[in-house]
Amino acid sequence: MNFINYLSQRPKLTQFGIVLIVFFILMSMTGLYHDLIVERHLFAKSVDKGEIQSSVGFAESMSMILNWQLPPQLIRIPELTFYHPVINTSATYILIALLVTAGLLYKSFAESVNKSHWLRVNWFQIISKGFVGIIVGLLFIPTLYNWFFGEVTRSTFWEIPSMLQDFSQYLIFEFWQTPVYDPEIEDYEDYGRVRLFTRAIGATLLFLINLIRELLIGGFETVVSLANIFSDQSGWDWLNENEGKWYASVPAIPWTVLTAGAFILGYKLQGVGLSILAGFSCIYLAVFGQWEPAMQTLSFVLVAAPVSGLLGVTFGVIAYKSRTFERVITPFLLVAQTFPHFAYLVPVIVFFGIGDHAGAIATIIFATPPMIRLTLLGLKRVSPEVLDAGRMSGCHNYQLMFKVLIPTARRDILIGVNQVIMQCLAMAVIASFIGAMGLGFNLLLALNQLRVGQALELGICIVLIAIVLDKLSLAWANKQTDYFADLSFVERNKTALLFVAVFFAALLFAWFGNWVFADTAKGINYFYLIPHNKGITTEPFWQAGVDYMVSNWRAGIKIFNTWLLVEVLMPMKASFLAMPAIATFVLTMGVGYIIGGIRSAIVVGSFMLFIALTPWWERALITMYMLTFAVIVSVFIGTIVGAICVQNKRATKFILLVCDTFQTFPSFIYLIPVIMLFGVTDTSVLIAVIVYAVIPPTRYTVEGLRNVPESLLDAADMSGVTKLQRLFKIEFPLAFPHIMLGVNQCVVFALFMVIIGAFIGTEDLGQEIMQQLFSGGNIGSGLMLGLCVAFIGLAVDHLIQTWATKRRKLLGID
Amino acid sequence: MSDQQPVIKCDSVYKIFGKNAEKMLQDANGKVVAEEFQKAGCVVGVNNASFEVKKGEMLVVMGLSGSGKSTLLRCISRLTDATAGNIYIEGEDLTSMSDKELIELRRNKMGMVFQSFALLPHKTVLENIAFPLQVKGNSTKDSMQRAKEMVDLVGLTGRENYFPRELSGGQQQRVGIARSLAVEPDIWFLDEPFSALDPLIRKEMQDEFLRLQSVLNKTILFVTHDFDEALRLADRIAIMKDGIIEQLDTPANIVLNPATEYVRKFTEDVPREKVLKIKSVMEPVGDEKDFSDLRVSEDAIIETVAEAVLGDPKSVPVLNANDDIVGVVHSSKVIHVLFGENSTLESNA
Ligand SMILES: Nc1ncnc2c1ncn2[C@@H]1O[C@H](COP(=O)(O)OP(=O)(O)OP(=O)(O)O)[C@@H](O)[C@H]1O
Ligand SMILES: [Mg+2]
Repeated sequence: MNFINYLSQRPKLTQFGIVLIVFFILMSMTGLYHDLIVERHLFAKSVDKGEIQSSVGFAESMSMILNWQLPPQLIRIPELTFYHPVINTSATYILIALLVTAGLLYKSFAESVNKSHWLRVNWFQIISKGFVGIIVGLLFIPTLYNWFFGEVTRSTFWEIPSMLQDFSQYLIFEFWQTPVYDPEIEDYEDYGRVRLFTRAIGATLLFLINLIRELLIGGFETVVSLANIFSDQSGWDWLNENEGKWYASVPAIPWTVLTAGAFILGYKLQGVGLSILAGFSCIYLAVFGQWEPAMQTLSFVLVAAPVSGLLGVTFGVIAYKSRTFERVITPFLLVAQTFPHFAYLVPVIVFFGIGDHAGAIATIIFATPPMIRLTLLGLKRVSPEVLDAGRMSGCHNYQLMFKVLIPTARRDILIGVNQVIMQCLAMAVIASFIGAMGLGFNLLLALNQLRVGQALELGICIVLIAIVLDKLSLAWANKQTDYFADLSFVERNKTALLFVAVFFAALLFAWFGNWVFADTAKGINYFYLIPHNKGITTEPFWQAGVDYMVSNWRAGIKIFNTWLLVEVLMPMKASFLAMPAIATFVLTMGVGYIIGGIRSAIVVGSFMLFIALTPWWERALITMYMLTFAVIVSVFIGTIVGAICVQNKRATKFILLVCDTFQTFPSFIYLIPVIMLFGVTDTSVLIAVIVYAVIPPTRYTVEGLRNVPESLLDAADMSGVTKLQRLFKIEFPLAFPHIMLGVNQCVVFALFMVIIGAFIGTEDLGQEIMQQLFSGGNIGSGLMLGLCVAFIGLAVDHLIQTWATKRRKLLGID
Repeated sequence: MSDQQPVIKCDSVYKIFGKNAEKMLQDANGKVVAEEFQKAGCVVGVNNASFEVKKGEMLVVMGLSGSGKSTLLRCISRLTDATAGNIYIEGEDLTSMSDKELIELRRNKMGMVFQSFALLPHKTVLENIAFPLQVKGNSTKDSMQRAKEMVDLVGLTGRENYFPRELSGGQQQRVGIARSLAVEPDIWFLDEPFSALDPLIRKEMQDEFLRLQSVLNKTILFVTHDFDEALRLADRIAIMKDGIIEQLDTPANIVLNPATEYVRKFTEDVPREKVLKIKSVMEPVGDEKDFSDLRVSEDAIIETVAEAVLGDPKSVPVLNANDDIVGVVHSSKVIHVLFGENSTLESNA
């Protein structure tokens, strides 16, 4: 009786209990198929071979259920067949579309006061209703007509990827062709305009990247591109003819010049601190023999980051100005938050090929959405009074945007810039999969050869570049001018003059280097360019450390690894796979309902349905299993570490610094040590994931606990609670919503890393994306797989956000 | 004065927020009832406002929160378009101005001060003040020179290179004031400029404001919900309720002859001595010769001179603007104002 009372006071708990009971009942009803679904591919194989049916009729299903056995279509959603929509643009349907539009607009026109005014005021309504009219008239009605009276064609959901692929091929090669003169065959050939367009973009970016790159480390490709433009022979021919001439290649700027420049720039923008950071980072790059790849990466970032920044601000501004545009891009921004890096690469390959420009484009696509989001957020937060003040100062629209709104929103926009730079460097590694050169490429090589030390050095290079660029851009944005200082020409331009002086000094220096190092065996001029991997390295040290660990700890690690795999991971994976689809739906939608009512249930349900309809449901389950394990462990560790560190001021500072550093490290770095210790197993992937994903829960726990209002704590102390009671009874409950946001971030981080884990070898969605990438890219599969991953993330994100918002309101925070 | 053109003239101005505002207003035929509009999903901001402001006059707009003061101000500065009615600035129809003319007007004739200061956070004090000038296209050197003068005028010398976040509220508002004055506007709008400040600073800022006004002599529209402030500053006061201007008159008339029940309630607790001028209690010079040495101006508010007058047993002569003696004031009268029945007093202010 007591128990029932207890439950009736907690309806949510009761609901959750019911959901769980139904879930386990469904889990126990797999019967016949249990052995087929615990292995990822068996069920599909059996269906293919015709050993089992993918779905059975209604009567049979009923009798199966009565025998405590789920029918196959509830265990694994079968391939869905749908009728093709029909588009008809004949005169009749255009007339219908016009009539529909007119009908929709009639009311508004009839009610308007000023008829001549109406057209100007309601242009947007006219466009949107016109759009509805077109959809109804040219698509809906013809489709319905065709379904009932015409010949029906159909295809399945699983064919969508190849349909998308065909469509993209059509778009690239056949759509809207134009003849282009091809010098090779000396004749005109038809090219798709889309292809020409993407080529032009690619070529422009490539030219910019090469230009910067060759200024930094020398080369001849810009010369070739320029020759292509200015002479009628091909650039490479021109180069061959002029070989050896001084203008046939661009000389590099000696690294000493750039280093000195970094010192000066840092000093000019902020002061000694930044100067030292920037300068010594350059020295690190040079001394460790990573100058060339670092400059390759830098040239790539110096193109990608500004472009993303500009695009982001532009779209953000447009979204701020136009509600419609905002509504259109919001879903894209949402999906972009959890869309895995790899999945961006597939469409980029298809449209842009491979190479540095493709890498840059993938990076831009990846780094722009957060910039848009933050710009929009910042602009929306500008107080209306500031806007009024701008207008009363007599700003016209342009001045209002660029002198008032954007600068006032600068805090958020600068966070966006920071994000862009971080994303660019994070992508530097991933972009090397599609041909971007530089540190990322070398890091990948080092990883393949299991060279820990070198990978670490490369990782530090990436982090240093990221931090220096971030700090420099921030300092530049915060610079001040002095209006009343009456300076002479020399004083005003002293930094520029200093740089010019240093420039020539360093050139001279490099020139002397020719003699200084002429006699050494290698003949390398260390004052000019230190070639790749010809600097000092700490690799032997790290290698020795790893060797020591491997040889001394191997036995212990192996036991642990085997135990974890056999006792924990395999059973967990099997039980995830053993979930019949219907049980997964009951569980996720049930939790959705409990947290956010019917709306959340539908949102989460639709995300899951999309995944279940694709051919990759089992892979998605494996992704979910890894995600679940990693998130549980990360959150456990993160909250405990956070809670302990927050007890002490210095520890708090330290842990936040650690979080910052770890977060800037390219995620691939985490893979190396674990592969060495645990081999190519799920353990390796999961440990790498956990190390990476533990950052957000730690940080958010620290922040959440630190921000609990002082007054509440004092009140608690006055009522005489112990420290532990205070932590669990007051601080944790209050900080909980914030910590949950950390969990949310943790899920996103973990998801990205699980997908990257495909590099080690997994059999989840990430692996499939990787396959698409290496097989040249089926754009449809790439996108759909990316969406599957993104939807897992979004489902969790939706649940946690909804819960945290409600909880916050309840606690009266915010 | 009457032959002179009013600087601001409002003619049946309405501002109604909501979707079908225009149509509803047309149907209502000028008779707007706030409740009815509310039911239809519209909010009445300003309801049939008609008034004029003369050159050099300070009109204070008062009312409770949400009564439409800011909306009225925003209509007159055309930060928002009035739903109906005409507004004339120096005889020119504001409502029919093009964007370009409007910008010209704002760049040369108008200045505005905001409750939350609304400074640009990324600019220093100097840059903030110079902003309207730079927007206009003045050279950096000239703008900075002028901005420096304004900094000195509002007493922020030495803080030119501070950022707004490094200043106190009062200092920030000084920057706001300096910015609004940088273009030497003829018309000065102030929307609750001192409400965000604590009482001591507020008093100080009011004094500062009066000092500035005595130097500059601008036409001013000043919004506040603080009656004391209104009394200290106003030439005339407009009291608003639900978008309607209930009464627009001199402070003394508002207190002594409230036009509506609402205004009476509103002014009930206002001490008379804060409103009335010496003029209203002085008597004609009689045959007595034994004047005090003290002299008071006929425009002085009673409160400000009460102590001196009461401290003097003899009657005190009252001077007009030309320093001629136009009457005398007895301490008994002053006592009457300070402690007597309110209703017995008649105003001739
Ligand atoms: N942009 C808007 N959209 C809809 N309603 C508005 C808008 N601006 C103001 N209102 C409404 O108009 C009415 C008058 O607002 P206004 O800001 O003019 O009041 P106020 O007298 O300045 O008040 P306060 O003293 O709080 O500043 C209020 O009911 C307000 O809700
Ligand atoms: Mg207001």
